Amino acid sequence: MTPERLRAALRGVPDPEWLDAARERVAAEPATIGRWFAAAARRCGRGPLSDLPGWTADEAARALLLAALPADHASHAADLYRHGDAAEKRAVLRALPLLPVGAAGAPLLHDAIRTNDTRLLAAALGPYARHLDPAAWRQAVLKCVFTGVPLALVHDLDARADGELAAMLGGLAAERRAAGRDVPADAAALLDRLAASTPGGPSPTARPDATEA
Amino acid sequence: MRIFDPHIHMTSRTTDDYERMAAAGVRAVVEPAFWLGQPRTSPDSFADYFDSIIGWEPFRAGQFGVRHHATIALNPKEANDPRCRPVLDLLPRYLEKDQVVAVGEIGYDSMTPEEDEAFAAQLALAVAHDLPAMVHTPHRDKVRGVERSLAVVAESGIDPGRVVLDHLNEVTVGLVRDTGCWLGFSIYPDTKMSPPRMVELLRLHGTERMLVNSAADWGRSDPLLTRATGEAMLLAGFTDDDVDRVLWRNPAEFYGQSGRLDLTGLDPADGPPEGGGGTFAGNSILRGGS
Repeated sequence: MTPERLRAALRGVPDPEWLDAARERVAAEPATIGRWFAAAARRCGRGPLSDLPGWTADEAARALLLAALPADHASHAADLYRHGDAAEKRAVLRALPLLPVGAAGAPLLHDAIRTNDTRLLAAALGPYARHLDPAAWRQAVLKCVFTGVPLALVHDLDARADGELAAMLGGLAAERRAAGRDVPADAAALLDRLAASTPGGPSPTARPDATEA
Repeated sequence: MRIFDPHIHMTSRTTDDYERMAAAGVRAVVEPAFWLGQPRTSPDSFADYFDSIIGWEPFRAGQFGVRHHATIALNPKEANDPRCRPVLDLLPRYLEKDQVVAVGEIGYDSMTPEEDEAFAAQLALAVAHDLPAMVHTPHRDKVRGVERSLAVVAESGIDPGRVVLDHLNEVTVGLVRDTGCWLGFSIYPDTKMSPPRMVELLRLHGTERMLVNSAADWGRSDPLLTRATGEAMLLAGFTDDDVDRVLWRNPAEFYGQSGRLDLTGLDPADGPPEGGGGTFAGNSILRGGS
């Protein structure tokens, strides 16, 4: 993702002049970003962007505001996350790959993954999740299955999924089967792919089970 | 019957309440910031509380199809504690948020000089942030509390049409009726107002600028008393349109003055919702945890 693509996808927003003026102000006076950031959804809308699947107008507008910060002021992102409502927090999480912060934004991912807000959990598992260590990443993926976040939203899922994640998912599937509950289809499919690619790994679990309704 | 409860503390309620409210027709709520029973001792506690009522609580409500907004303020009771006064410095940040549709609850508890100061300062914040104001009237010495609240509102310069005085009753309704302010009534199991008494006040004073809420919180209270009041209105001969005005259109008009009230998607006629809520990219991701 690049600021140019975000800006292009936002060309139809209700108030494009507001957005451009706000970006200029943020570049010139970084400390004013809080007010622009809070108002962005009211000015730019909240609907999905047809040219940028998976992004909403407010997320893209807020990501652009963050990307407009001078490089030595990128740490404002952490404050905006700390003081943001759920939509603002989501926008910061999604903007992290655009910002010159290295791995410094990883604590924000940990905070988002601790919540039970599925919007934040999903946003924490984008491209920036490469800064999560394998243990934290596996726990987050498992939490997606528990809370109903579609695994299709997890960036690099198949490349990072390993035998340890397969063991954890296998345990979850066994618990669900024992309780007579369904295993989400995307989790069962992942488990099957992992089993197929790991000789001697956990056995497939997607087969119909007599205990499942 | 569609119901918008303009004053309810959902933080204190369970998911059973959300289910029963949704089944009874409650589709939108406003949660005013107030005290929690246990006094707080630092601004940080307030920040976490404010974050919760604009973050986690709307998410929780969304799982039951209930739209949740909030009002933010330092409440009058805790305004008396010097350790909580710095909360006033946190407010400007919160008063810019999308979910925040008014400054409140402000007003009086014991009518101290500290409460005077916090009340006036927060009415000024309402004007500065272009938000309505939600005024709690005191439970003790109520008549003088209402009179004094009206004087402070008049002095602040805020448009009275952007102010609601809440927790009114038979004794105080007449003090507010002709001021241009909105009138709020909290329907409680024992105290404050009851559905039959509320119906009588609506008969005497009409439905204009009248708001009915449950003010349900951590005390003995009932989030379904808005519905019970609507049913009592119908039994007393009010029309469906009267009920809709009091229980839906009035609160929507009052908080709509913030420019931030988002009720899209709650009515099938409005078309699809704009993101957020309980869906992500059009798919429900709320299959329920664990």
